[in-house]
Amino acid sequence: MTMTDPQTQTQTAGTAKGAYDGPILEIDKLSISFFTRLREIPAVMDFSVAVQPGEAVGLVGESGCGKSTVALGVMQDLGVNGRVVGGSIKFKGRDLGQMSMEELRDIRGSEIAMIYQEPMASLNPAMKIGKQLMEVPMIHQGLDEKAAYDRALQVVTDVKLPDPKRILNSYPHQLSGGQQQRIVIAMALMSEPSLLILDEPTTALDVTVEAAVVELVKDLGKKYGTSMLFISHNLGLVLETCDRICVMYSGEAVERGSIEDVFDEMQHPYTQALFRSIPLPGADKNARPLVAIPGNFPLPHERPPGCNFGPRCDYFEAGRCDQSNIPMFDVPGNERHATRCLRFQEIDWNAPITVGEATQKNEPGKVVLKMENLKKYYEVAANALFGGGEKKVVKANETLSFEARESETLAIVGESGCGKSTFAKVLMGLETATDGKILLDNQSIEDVPIEKRDTKTIADVQMVFQNPFDTLNPSMTVGRQIIRALEIFKIGKNEAERKKRMLELLDVVKLPRAFADRMPRQLSGGQKQRVGIARAFAGGARIVVADEPVSALDVSVQAAVTDLLMEIQRNEKTTLLFISHDLSIVRYLSDRVMVMYLGHVVELGDTDQVFSPPYHPYTEALLSAVPIADTSIQKEHIVLEGDIPSAMNPPPGCPFQTRCRWKDKVAGGLCEKEVPPVRQLGGGHQIKCHLPDAELNAMTPVIKVAAE
Amino acid sequence: MLFTALCLTFIVFFLTNLEPNLEKLAKTEGNFRMSDEAVQSWLSDRGYTDNTFVKFGRWMGVAPGWETVKEDGTVLRQCRDAKLPEEDRATYCGVLQGDWGYSLRFKTDVSNVISERLGATGKLMFFVMIFMVPMALIVGVLAGMREGSGLDRSLSTFSIATTATPEYVSGVIFIAVFSSSAVGLKWFKGSATSALEDITFENFTLPVLTIALYGMGYVARMTRASMTEVMTAQFIRTARLKGVSFRNIVLKHALRNALIAPFTVIMLQFPWLLNGVVIVETLFNYKGFGWALVEAASNNDIELLLAVSVVSVAVVLITQLISDIGYVYLNPRIRVS
Repeated sequence: MTMTDPQTQTQTAGTAKGAYDGPILEIDKLSISFFTRLREIPAVMDFSVAVQPGEAVGLVGESGCGKSTVALGVMQDLGVNGRVVGGSIKFKGRDLGQMSMEELRDIRGSEIAMIYQEPMASLNPAMKIGKQLMEVPMIHQGLDEKAAYDRALQVVTDVKLPDPKRILNSYPHQLSGGQQQRIVIAMALMSEPSLLILDEPTTALDVTVEAAVVELVKDLGKKYGTSMLFISHNLGLVLETCDRICVMYSGEAVERGSIEDVFDEMQHPYTQALFRSIPLPGADKNARPLVAIPGNFPLPHERPPGCNFGPRCDYFEAGRCDQSNIPMFDVPGNERHATRCLRFQEIDWNAPITVGEATQKNEPGKVVLKMENLKKYYEVAANALFGGGEKKVVKANETLSFEARESETLAIVGESGCGKSTFAKVLMGLETATDGKILLDNQSIEDVPIEKRDTKTIADVQMVFQNPFDTLNPSMTVGRQIIRALEIFKIGKNEAERKKRMLELLDVVKLPRAFADRMPRQLSGGQKQRVGIARAFAGGARIVVADEPVSALDVSVQAAVTDLLMEIQRNEKTTLLFISHDLSIVRYLSDRVMVMYLGHVVELGDTDQVFSPPYHPYTEALLSAVPIADTSIQKEHIVLEGDIPSAMNPPPGCPFQTRCRWKDKVAGGLCEKEVPPVRQLGGGHQIKCHLPDAELNAMTPVIKVAAE
Repeated sequence: MLFTALCLTFIVFFLTNLEPNLEKLAKTEGNFRMSDEAVQSWLSDRGYTDNTFVKFGRWMGVAPGWETVKEDGTVLRQCRDAKLPEEDRATYCGVLQGDWGYSLRFKTDVSNVISERLGATGKLMFFVMIFMVPMALIVGVLAGMREGSGLDRSLSTFSIATTATPEYVSGVIFIAVFSSSAVGLKWFKGSATSALEDITFENFTLPVLTIALYGMGYVARMTRASMTEVMTAQFIRTARLKGVSFRNIVLKHALRNALIAPFTVIMLQFPWLLNGVVIVETLFNYKGFGWALVEAASNNDIELLLAVSVVSVAVVLITQLISDIGYVYLNPRIRVS
């Protein structure tokens, strides 16, 4: 490649950036299809959106709705099978589809940059960070190595990474997930692009890290004046980052408008249903349950005629909605607000939600499970290659004590590495405890590994796993897998009885009985999770550990699966230990909440106690970090510095002291010296913090509903 | 690793010291018309009838060598340094003392035979490697960078064809085509004997080509598989969307990652080459290590045979160690912190 003088090139780029004042990105009636041997699969149809300079546009939808395909379409990188079959994508007025490979390469990375979902996979594992960063200006601005290094150093400092020189000289695997994502962001910003495409940039990260990354992206967007196309499935995140939003469903844009218009005056049934199925503050599992969207997402080659959302829509009118393709209509009165609904002017959007039947709250019964000072330590050899050297102790769980009652939901909240999964393993018997007691009906089980537990105990303590895709045997029918569980739990005298019980279980989890003969691959994610639930409850489980049971599922399915869990719990009086990092859903369904950080329980209490002040400083940060998809909510903004410390090398004193913003309120540097004692705040509310009472009582709520 | 080496040599030792083999040895060395009793006494005089473990120990040099005083006063002993006075003679003389025994076929010390033949084979291997490895990697990378393209298809066909043709077939074909009067292309020589003294393009091309082609197809297939996998990785997409040209994507981003897997395979090729060497050296009459093995086996030269196997075992294990170390170097993710 011939290089012009860097000076003139940046100048021309500068003038080009200044001279053009139309929309940065203009997608007009775009259709993209993937071609397989069998058929043409339309992935995106009739999609239009415009991104103005300096504007952030959110693209929201469930998995498979085509939002990532749009992003790759903009990059003109659809692979061998994908092709743009209609419409145009204009970048600064130039049609990207008409450009040659050379021209595209010039634009990629310099004018349009992309940030990806999985930072680890998108960095070259065998190349040093510095080299990967320096490549960008060396290709596009023709800088020499020295200048490129300086630029890289500056950008890495900009994304607020500590010790930039060391980072530039390290390999991707030596950094944490949050740091890797910052590097990917730095890489995208190396040549100050005019358009930044973010494809689910924070899905793989923890909530507090996510909050910091989102904050960073927002700041940098302002600093460099970059336009953004923000792809996400998380409505709350889009609310926090974007100016405008475009909701997609099954390959089409269904609603488009400013954040305020779409969030407060939605004009499409799908948008409305989506908002009703996510737990917002105010939703309550008994008084105001979530409304799940009925049915399933249509497969790309099985889309219904007419409106794609028709079969799942409450306002569906046969003979009208299923006739022909529906175009976008402009909503009168609102600027640049459009919806793909024939009936949007007939529907009363302010009609109150037809509340599903309100249910009676179950009173918690007797204590079934009790933990006393449970400890789980792992010994890790310091030198992996030769096995020798000093042994390091990883304290995965540190003095866990709590009780769980019959038909109670106890939520365990914390970020990765906080020890919540270790705790589940010890309870299940996959690991034995180092110290302390687990009492199940006053019988201690902490030292009994699962092979030695009797059938009754195993059937009593069951688990629903996070990822339904990996936890079902792919070569066994659904019915067979449930019967297998029944056999292990010694339920039913013969095959016929077990089969009958299996069909009943399918009824319980609301799957059609015909599914007994299906293979797991024929089921959708939500259906698979239902099978997982049926299997867990097969032996009449009394304690069910649900390890992030809905986090792998789409928003519209999450509500239905959550409801199902709640319903079974009400009928069976099960104790549910709900492990999650998603505070919205925890607030919605749990009776009590336990917050964990680096193996310690930092706060434990009723849901109301934990979600209102006084907080533990970590709980406070966690609450502030969770994005809430409601424009009437005001949040106090707390961003934690740095990453979660490694459990191999925890900080001295209080585990949270390295990131705590209240630390200086404690006299004498106590936080750095001693692990705080557990303090009772009354009503079963306990907290592990050195803060004096006066400070705790002066805390203000993080989440406030703005006055109407 | 040492334990593996010990076990393997013991197995070979046990098999070469089986009863019928020893009887044959006695008859070739002594007299073909020996009676059974004579054979027995010949063997027991030379310590062959003792326990296998004791014999192994002697051979290794951890047990004292055998010594028999015959009725007529002549002394037979394992440690053959006849020039030395009685009291200076070593009691232990095995592999550990550097005494590999005496080759009956070549009428000289085994260690001499081994070092000379190994040197000859080393030359052959060297040329095979500098031809095979770069060619295989180039073919593999070219095929793998655009999966399913015409280039990929033709190169893959080529590598399958070469792997599927054993050395004795390709060797014979090469001789027929390039050095015999059957086709008339008398480009190269069909015998590599002269290459021992003086390597020329004419006398060495065919043996090198025969061994290299066989291994090349295999390594190229592995490289291709690894390359296609890397080319679909997300970080390649990142590089592409960063504006890196296709050439640089392959050279700077994909290559190092793609070489991690084939590296182990290349190192595994060394033992494979030993295998091919036996056939090719015999075919082209190149008096190297493989040829010595064939000679030792057909002449019942137990001690040479043992030494050859020990060296082969050592070569295999050392290359594996090198491959593991090299793997750590190539793959920064498992670098020792």
